[in-house]
Amino acid sequence: MEIIDAELRLGPPGSSGSGDMAAKKRSAAAAAKSEASGTGGDPDAAPASKVQVVGWPPVGAYRKSTVQSASAAREKGGVGGGLYVKVSMDGAPYLRKVDLRTYGGYGELRDALAKLFGACDKAAGGAGGFAVAYEDKDGDLMLAGDVPWDMFICSCKKLRIMRGSEAR
Amino acid sequence: MGRGVGSRSGGGAAQPPWHSLPDEVWEHAFSFLPAAADRGAAAGACRGWLRAERRSRRRLAVANCYATSPRDAVERFPSVRAAEVKGKPHFADFGLVPPAWGAEAAPWVAAAADGWPLLEELSFKRMVVTDECLEMIAASFRNFQVLRLVSCEGFSTAGLAAITEGCRNLRELDLQENYIEDCSSHWLSSFPESFTSLETLNFSCLDGEVNFAVLERLVTRCHNLKTLKLNNAIPLDKVASLLRKAPHIVELGTGKFSADYHPDLFAKLEAAFAGCKSLRRLSGAWDAVPDYLSAFYGVCEGLTSLNLSYATVRGPELIKFISRCKNLQQLWVMDLIEDHGLAVVASTCSKLQELRVFPSDPFGAGQVLLTERGLVDVSASCPMLESVLYFCRRMTNEALITIAKNRPNFTCFRLCILEPRTPDYITQQSLDAGFSAIVESCKGLRRLSVSGLLTDLVFKSIGEHADRLEMLSIAFAGNSDLGLHYILSGCKSLKKLEIRDCPFGNKPLLANAAKLETMRSLWMSSCSLTLGACRQLAQKMPRLTVEIMNDPGRACPLDALPDESPVEKLYVYRTIAGPRSDTPDYVQIV
Repeated sequence: MEIIDAELRLGPPGSSGSGDMAAKKRSAAAAAKSEASGTGGDPDAAPASKVQVVGWPPVGAYRKSTVQSASAAREKGGVGGGLYVKVSMDGAPYLRKVDLRTYGGYGELRDALAKLFGACDKAAGGAGGFAVAYEDKDGDLMLAGDVPWDMFICSCKKLRIMRGSEAR
Repeated sequence: MGRGVGSRSGGGAAQPPWHSLPDEVWEHAFSFLPAAADRGAAAGACRGWLRAERRSRRRLAVANCYATSPRDAVERFPSVRAAEVKGKPHFADFGLVPPAWGAEAAPWVAAAADGWPLLEELSFKRMVVTDECLEMIAASFRNFQVLRLVSCEGFSTAGLAAITEGCRNLRELDLQENYIEDCSSHWLSSFPESFTSLETLNFSCLDGEVNFAVLERLVTRCHNLKTLKLNNAIPLDKVASLLRKAPHIVELGTGKFSADYHPDLFAKLEAAFAGCKSLRRLSGAWDAVPDYLSAFYGVCEGLTSLNLSYATVRGPELIKFISRCKNLQQLWVMDLIEDHGLAVVASTCSKLQELRVFPSDPFGAGQVLLTERGLVDVSASCPMLESVLYFCRRMTNEALITIAKNRPNFTCFRLCILEPRTPDYITQQSLDAGFSAIVESCKGLRRLSVSGLLTDLVFKSIGEHADRLEMLSIAFAGNSDLGLHYILSGCKSLKKLEIRDCPFGNKPLLANAAKLETMRSLWMSSCSLTLGACRQLAQKMPRLTVEIMNDPGRACPLDALPDESPVEKLYVYRTIAGPRSDTPDYVQIV
């Protein structure tokens, strides 16, 4: 005799068919739990309730494709969104992080870095002159300023400030 | 036209004196009835009025292109100058209708070309418009002035070139959210150099490049240009140049609004905007860079409409901007504005009538701090707010009840809680009480979308109280057939009902079959319907078309399937044209 276990089927919200009450309650409770805790992502509940349902949420297809291509462009290095990289300076007690997207070009980056590390530099008794170097995707240490800004922010992984004594 | 036969029809009693008035008098009288519904009512009074009204009707709106045949519509209303036709069901916007469903504009264009040679305006929404259609439009109507295409597909820039080249009196070319194939055709260059009548140009949905020099010359010579909405390909510095050539512009869509920050460019933009004293409506701003947003500050105070729903600008920048826009009536934003930003909107925009908040990350985990709080604040402080579309992740009954109490003047209330079946996050109860409060308080509500955890009870309230409701959208809600029954047996003014993923079955559909003929259309997908009920419905109601959509891959003839077969998608609409003949394989008419 065939026993059909219809009660314990796991499925995302919206999957049709009977016997989904268990799944529905679970996903509703999971959703409620993640809403209430405000973390937006309870690791146990997330998989069951985050499966995408066709046509939901009801965001127009045109709007969805526009927003998606915008975020894809951002990931590829287009303008918009944050791009934080670590900045180190030899002798400085701790590293900093800067958002490369907030600068329009190399000039602004230098000014910002000077402000960030200026105090440290003076305290260490430095002359104040410095060069900006960066680590690119291949791990090589490069001098900043050779390539166009847009290309730079795509390939820069880490920044390093070389003080006057080190930089040639 | 003289006196018609009908006005002298016999009968013993003496005819009232107005029966002998000539048709022209009635036609003139009816010209003061702008609303199509009023004209329709007048036409129903007597044969004389029917004749006078239909012959003088200038504007025709066909809300469902399959409700009548194009030829019948053209014959019935021979003097139409402006026509609007809508095609696919609303849920097509969310990908629920497979491609090639129908809604071709070609039969309408052909019928119009024959019967309405003086046609001036044509508007299509959610229809398939081909290049041939556009060529026919350009060739057939010597005084064609307005072309509006919304959410359409099937045409390319070559078709646009036919319009720009052929329509000498074109005033408006308005392309909203269409899928347009880029044939690298020089549609913009096809406007003759002598052409100066353009008032509206919206090509924001076009993907390709346009010749900027040509655009600039066009903008310069069209002195009446009031609306200009650019596409993503126009860089920011060119926007500044265009504005200097068209400082009298009223509505601007900026297109891409990002560039490396340069003080020169900023100054240029700021100066250009400062010169636009008539600017009232602003949109576009894709990927807006905060540094440049402040170039707009000069125009903020005059703005009545602001659409930043494509700008991925964070809260703080948005707030700085919006806090200057004291006269806003319409605001569309991303949820990046957060509750804090909406509180600023609430205290700044006292004239706000319409608010739409879109999700920046619909499928993500939800880090944005937009909650019910934002909507409560806005509805408490904006006395003229009547239309809301709000995407959020949590809601409470208490918030909804407060909103209902504060804003009984809502005409459109669309709430979308992103996770289906989400309950009140504090009490864990369903949101029945909240939505019931909305329909009980907002007596003028015409459009409603519900979401969150809802039982049949909310539909009881909606059925009983939502007397003016014309459009209702339901998803992942209800417990049983009762829910649908409450809606169909109540909701006196219901015209459009769209339902997905609800446990509604055959019984309420059949029990309320007559109601469906008083409505424009019904959509039900992923519910509990079976083929047998649809067959019964079709048989009972000959003036309804009952369409069933199968999986496009699985084109099995309906006749072979048993009554118990589940129906995945149902679309029912009233029609005087009988079943349509252009269905694709996966659509079957019962």
